[in-house]
Amino acid sequence: MDIGTFAIQLLNAVQYGLVLFLVASGLTLVFGILGVINLAHGVFYMLGAYLAWWLTVATGNFAVGIVGAFAISFVIGLALESVFIRRLYGRDHLSQVLLSFGLILVVDELRQMVFGRDVQSVPLPEWLSGSLPLTEVLNYPVYRLAVSLLCLAVAVAIFLVIRRTRIGMVVRAGAENREMTRALGIPFDSVNRYVFAVGIALAALAGAVIAPISTVYPGMGDGMLILSFVVVVLGGIGSVPGAAIGALLIGLIDTFGKVFMPELAGILIYVLMAVVLVVRPTGILGKREV
Amino acid sequence: MTKFKPTTQTIAMTRRNFLGATAAGAAGLALGFPKPAIAQGAPLKVGLMLPFSGTYAKLGQFIENGFNLYVEQKSGMLGGRKVEFIRLDDESKPETATDNMNRLVSRDKADVVIGTVHSGVAMAMVKVARDTGVPLIIPNAGADEATGPLCAQNIFRTSFSNWQPAHPMGKVVHDDGHRNVVTITWRYTAGQQMVGAFTEGFEAAGGTVVDALTVPFPEVEFQALITRIATLKPDAVFAFFAGGGAVKFVTDYAAAGLKGKIPLYGTGFLTDGTLKAQGDAATGIRTTLHYADDLDIPANKSFLSAFQAKTGEAGDIYAVQGFDAAALLEAGLTATGGDASAREALFGAMAGARIDSPRGPLSFSAAHNPIQNIYLREVRDGRNALVSVAGEAVQDPARGCRMA
Repeated sequence: MDIGTFAIQLLNAVQYGLVLFLVASGLTLVFGILGVINLAHGVFYMLGAYLAWWLTVATGNFAVGIVGAFAISFVIGLALESVFIRRLYGRDHLSQVLLSFGLILVVDELRQMVFGRDVQSVPLPEWLSGSLPLTEVLNYPVYRLAVSLLCLAVAVAIFLVIRRTRIGMVVRAGAENREMTRALGIPFDSVNRYVFAVGIALAALAGAVIAPISTVYPGMGDGMLILSFVVVVLGGIGSVPGAAIGALLIGLIDTFGKVFMPELAGILIYVLMAVVLVVRPTGILGKREV
Repeated sequence: MTKFKPTTQTIAMTRRNFLGATAAGAAGLALGFPKPAIAQGAPLKVGLMLPFSGTYAKLGQFIENGFNLYVEQKSGMLGGRKVEFIRLDDESKPETATDNMNRLVSRDKADVVIGTVHSGVAMAMVKVARDTGVPLIIPNAGADEATGPLCAQNIFRTSFSNWQPAHPMGKVVHDDGHRNVVTITWRYTAGQQMVGAFTEGFEAAGGTVVDALTVPFPEVEFQALITRIATLKPDAVFAFFAGGGAVKFVTDYAAAGLKGKIPLYGTGFLTDGTLKAQGDAATGIRTTLHYADDLDIPANKSFLSAFQAKTGEAGDIYAVQGFDAAALLEAGLTATGGDASAREALFGAMAGARIDSPRGPLSFSAAHNPIQNIYLREVRDGRNALVSVAGEAVQDPARGCRMA
């Protein structure tokens, strides 16, 4: 592999890693801060993609599709938290798994009734649908670069909110010690609702943004859910920078694994996870930062 | 009396074996003492074990509609006997397939079973069918084994073996002037059997497969391998993907700028039922399949208009395979006067059936796999337009089948 090809594969790896980060960021927030295992994360990723497709086709405007998918999912997240999720804080993980599994079935069935089961594609606006020539045969789609930039922007935004704002402080305090935060009179519970809603909305945003690349189809969130959990566990549960590192590592391993060791490509990332967990049982940045 | 050899060597009586043995016993009884019920016109129980939910739900629905269309055209009868359906959703889950199939055969007493789409589920059904002797018609699943090592008197297929649509493509690609080709597919049975058959055909024609790329099933992150294809610069690429994976591969391939520079070939699944989502990215892709929507023969035209009238949807290959499953069953039942328990005569008549199918002439090999034309199609204006007949009366080699 010459240096040019290597650079292109590196670009593929980083791009894939950033996308994985975007999907996993919502999961690590909900998992790390609320202590809730949300198996329905993948199904909201799919819902986001379907919403983006539906809104884009209906309005003819891709931006409406993205923003709409984010906003609608945010509202759904708020409602779900008030009705269901808040009863789960502090309950054992089995209840959480059961409830969120139920959500998967319900959301998936609703998707079937509302949007049908066909494979759909999301049209891109003209200015995003071009591509840059890399070699004489290979081009790189502009939209993939735009997605990478958006993923970076989301990463920075999450980091700044948690590190630099008052809400972020409450979130960090609550994640550190729930009872003590409550005892000090800090309104942690009302912040919870927004954390969950943002988690769901981030999953949907990821689905919406990736929809033009990945196409929209039933079950598209299943594989992403598993990868997201690997990212979260690898990076350290609840750690946003950890998720970023984990996602980039998986992007690298997966991309170069497919090229150099295609027979093992399916298991390489799990081998990576096992090795990291043996060396650092709490993940790469676990238990140190939120 | 036809004998059905047990497939397992174990003697231990598991629940599964017990069910199988019970059903076989029941079948034996039925053979020995024709039920008076038949004379009184009791309906024939047809078990439809298909995916009615999940990823393949649409395929299951089209197969069922195709089957129903044929039965309706015969006034609700096959071989002069009323038909009653027992529907069972297999959810494309291999793990529950054996229990589901046993339920149809033993509890619901299905006289005939039609199913299914997913190869893993179909293999479990094949095993139960071999144990119990119940007539089974496979209307889609392409696993070579079903009409290969696991072939049996009572197992028929109206779709294709994975080998069938892929092998003739080897010559097509070579004839188009390509010598060095890269193949790419999911690493699972269907993908590997199709790529294997293509490679066999392509190498026999004198071509070379430069590299055989694979992606874990059902992953859809292709960027790394598309980059690899661009570095290898083959004359052409042969791909097998289906459904969402096919849409993503074709659009990624075009977005990476390879479309128009390195021609893309595949089996029909690459562009069937997915063209709307693939849009212009699919234009020019050549595929081989045992059907083309615009096949200009009377059987296809009347089928398509009848299907449209019944369901309001455009018929496709899956509907054709369901339609032909009913036609095959009728061929058998006509010979036995509607008696599904006269199995020797039933299977004999089915094996010798010649069906005027919407896909063209359809008959069956000694292994009970279709002998059919394989068509070369090219995507033009959002349709799989017929180019030519890539292989006439193509017959699967049925490797490992003792009947062949």
